[in-house]
Amino acid sequence: MSADAAGYRAAVIGCSAGGLEALRRLLRPLPEDMALALVVVSHMAADSNGLLPELLARTCRLPVVEAEEKTPALAGRVHVGPAGYHLLVEADGTFSLSLDDKVNNVRPAIDVLFDSAADTWRAGLVGILLTGANSDGTAGLGRIRRRGGLCLVQDPDTAFADTMPRSAVNAGFADHVLELDRMADFLCTLPGARRSGQ
Amino acid sequence: MIRDDLQDLEIQLFLEALALRHGYDFRRYAKASLKRRVRGLAETEGVREISDMIPRLLQDEGFLPSVLSHLSVPVSEMFRDPAVFLALRRGVLPLLDSYPRISIWLPGCATGEEPYSLAIMLQEEGLLHKAQIYATDINDAALAKAEEGIYPEKTVTAMAAAYLAAGGRKSLSDYFHTAYNFSKIDDQIRKSIVFAHHNLVADGVFCETHLVLCRNVLIYFERQLQNRVLELFHEGLVRGGYLCLGNRESLSFTSCENLFRPLDRKHRIFKKAGGLA
Repeated sequence: MSADAAGYRAAVIGCSAGGLEALRRLLRPLPEDMALALVVVSHMAADSNGLLPELLARTCRLPVVEAEEKTPALAGRVHVGPAGYHLLVEADGTFSLSLDDKVNNVRPAIDVLFDSAADTWRAGLVGILLTGANSDGTAGLGRIRRRGGLCLVQDPDTAFADTMPRSAVNAGFADHVLELDRMADFLCTLPGARRSGQ
Repeated sequence: MIRDDLQDLEIQLFLEALALRHGYDFRRYAKASLKRRVRGLAETEGVREISDMIPRLLQDEGFLPSVLSHLSVPVSEMFRDPAVFLALRRGVLPLLDSYPRISIWLPGCATGEEPYSLAIMLQEEGLLHKAQIYATDINDAALAKAEEGIYPEKTVTAMAAAYLAAGGRKSLSDYFHTAYNFSKIDDQIRKSIVFAHHNLVADGVFCETHLVLCRNVLIYFERQLQNRVLELFHEGLVRGGYLCLGNRESLSFTSCENLFRPLDRKHRIFKKAGGLA
């Protein structure tokens, strides 16, 4: 385990096709005493009309909010990037948004979030890549690993769309390949993941 | 020092050189996206390290336009977020009609899509003849393109639905002359706009305005610079003047939070306080 002394501080989560159901299953079991800040980017957010935080909140015990620029990523909270904007994390742990060109033909791009989060949280970061039908997120996981973070990838064989997780696995960037329903438990065992320190 | 940290340092030195040599100060821009744009510039230039661009930045005047094109606020679309344009059409333009002359400022206009969208709307609401639109940017190459008003035909076609959703009364193509896959904006619309160089980081207010339309520019700035720019808008606006920001921009926690009242929260339209209702 490569977490820094304080343990892990944040998890960034990227998903595309089939992402809503995958996010629900990942977030639903997370306990109220989560100490990680959770940050989500979904390519499908545009279709949800800004309702993604609300849809996730229904099945999640943690507060779910839209990530607003200049506000900090908070422990025990799920922050969802707004549709149409790249979501980035600044060095001080606050969010910023951009309408810069699409990356991997998408905006928001998972790589953009992962790259900036890797620079900020380094060894304190967990990167999680879920279902999707393109290869956005692979390069971002590569950067998270290079900066000492931990990379979890949904088992491509059990993903709604396997291209995205398979791309990351094939690139050799997955520290752990996990079925969706095992991911929450795994997250909770990481150092720093819960307030109780369990 | 690992390579990523070294690159951060190189970016910092590059921005320092840009500010000191050319007076374009990006040091108070939000760093995370700016870093990506500097890296994109290095890729375009085909250099291995960011610092390889510093000597060129210092010695080669011809390099500056391409640096500014990469680092400044990106291109928009016509009628991006049609609901906002509809809100302006219905909620703000009728109020502006009470002024004998209307002056409007669009900072960070890039290649002109936003000012042209507004000018078309003013025309349809019968206000264009008494309006003066100032569209400004730091990127002279973008301004030159904006002033030409020529866009690929397919981008204009792609914006036709947004124009209608914004309450358009005709067809967007009525405002363009199309030939050889390019569409040129109608001359009357084009001439209603003054495109000018203005740097929000360094320059002051240049006229009194009734409406400032500045969408998705502040997101690129750190808080301190956001405050400076908002104070500039406040200074330029007449009492009771209007400010329209991007869909994810707000005045909360800025130095100007109490200097404006929200007129339309959803569409981020604010009214400068202190005037008559």
